[in-house]
Amino acid sequence: MHYFIELFFSGLTRGAIYALIALGYTMVYGIIGLINFAHGEIYMIGAFTSYIVASVLSLYGYPLFATVIIAGAAAVVWSGAYGYTVERLAYRPLRRAPRLSPLISAIGMSILLQNYVFLAQTSDFISFPKLIPDLPFMDRYADYLGSSDVVILFTTLIVMGILTFIIRYTRIGKAMRATAQDSTMAMLVGINVNRVISATFVIGSGLAAIGGMLIAAHIGQINYYIGFLAGIKAFTAAVLGGIGSIPGAVLGSLVLGLTESFATGYVSSDYEDVFAFTLLVLILIFRPSGLLGKKESQKV
Amino acid sequence: MLKLQNLRAGYGNIIAVDDVSLEVGQGEIVSLIGANGAGKSTVLMTISGVVSCLAGRVLLDDVEIQGLEPDQIVRRGVCQVPEGRHIFPQLTVRENLDMGAFLRRDKKGIRDDIDYVFTLFPILAERRNQDGGTLSGGQQQMLAMSRALMARPSLLLLDEPSMGLAPLMSKQIFKIIKRINADHGTTIFLVEQNANQALHIAHRGYVLENGRIVLAGSGEALLTDPEVQKAYLGI
Repeated sequence: MHYFIELFFSGLTRGAIYALIALGYTMVYGIIGLINFAHGEIYMIGAFTSYIVASVLSLYGYPLFATVIIAGAAAVVWSGAYGYTVERLAYRPLRRAPRLSPLISAIGMSILLQNYVFLAQTSDFISFPKLIPDLPFMDRYADYLGSSDVVILFTTLIVMGILTFIIRYTRIGKAMRATAQDSTMAMLVGINVNRVISATFVIGSGLAAIGGMLIAAHIGQINYYIGFLAGIKAFTAAVLGGIGSIPGAVLGSLVLGLTESFATGYVSSDYEDVFAFTLLVLILIFRPSGLLGKKESQKV
Repeated sequence: MLKLQNLRAGYGNIIAVDDVSLEVGQGEIVSLIGANGAGKSTVLMTISGVVSCLAGRVLLDDVEIQGLEPDQIVRRGVCQVPEGRHIFPQLTVRENLDMGAFLRRDKKGIRDDIDYVFTLFPILAERRNQDGGTLSGGQQQMLAMSRALMARPSLLLLDEPSMGLAPLMSKQIFKIIKRINADHGTTIFLVEQNANQALHIAHRGYVLENGRIVLAGSGEALLTDPEVQKAYLGI
């Protein structure tokens, strides 16, 4: 039973990180129907930014809490700027092109960003500073879950709350919902659709940056290549939940995280990725619209 | 108020309208009639800035507006009710109306205008918390027109407001169009296949064929024109 609970929480933590990344995929898809394959790289850049900022701040002897907040904010802003720029450079000029063109452009962006970080930083694994302290009250539960799991779960919960508020009640959130439902009509009521698209990229990138920082602090090392697998996993989660659906992305991420955790715990950790992608294949065969996705129906 | 001068517009390599010139005066109801595929909707989408203008000019109060982004054109008081209504299906009736007032900040004025559209269409008040996608065709048309009115437009562009509606419903819609024009002096540019009703309520009309204007005149003159009678009124 111990083991089961331990696996359950480690699955939840995984799922929370996937959700932070998957939301970016699903929001962008919901608005412009594009799979942003460079999104994993934005997550990686978020991890690197928080690494650099945190390292500098610790040199100056900043207290841990301030370091975490400042590094997190820097990662969100910097990744947001990357997300914005990627959209402006690689996708906006192709807005009216056939759907394949922006997809290829996205893959190109992904390769470009990976290699850029590879050249600008290093190809080695870097050990990430310990940004999450051991919480004393967690000692009793240390068998089940660590302090970083708790921090990740709570942070994710808060971030989701803020996101839900933005989408439901703010002006930009309403504009995003309207654009996702009918972009032509959104223009006709006076919404600047380009601005909505930019905002979507910035918000999605900021979420991914938070995910990047949390997972780096959890695992303890980063590398220029971490965005690839995390991006593909989160994409799997978004498809699993129903791409375009925000609650779907969260649900899909949790299902994926738990599946991976239980499968590695009870079967074998060698096949970790196999389980994730088997799940993807099964979903694509039996329920292509995902768990919460709507069936694509064409009105005639 | 609105002037189109030698307008050419289309999609990619296809030119849908060519050399269209027309004029809509302040406070007028002007109808543009024509068959399927004549280019009527393209004219409206070009005015709204959704379809790009390839040549010619669109003048609003003598200022060129072609090439502006759609939201800038809405800001100038030009609102369109597009063909097929384009209701936001997962927003409630009330939220759809709020979207119409997206560019406005005067809460009190918005509330007054919601009351006004609810007096025009009482059924919408009853359904205010229902999702837009669950309304019937006629109700969706009412909602689409109300949503456009929420922006307090000075020029209202209506694309086929009677399409797919039962005759009684379409009669009611045309009555309301007249009333909107009378209540606020809103200028209305109407595009229709239903030539009979469209010309009856219009001060003036134009006939569009294969992307070109072939006839123009007062509503009554067009109704009695033998060519129009033969081609569009089935007389």
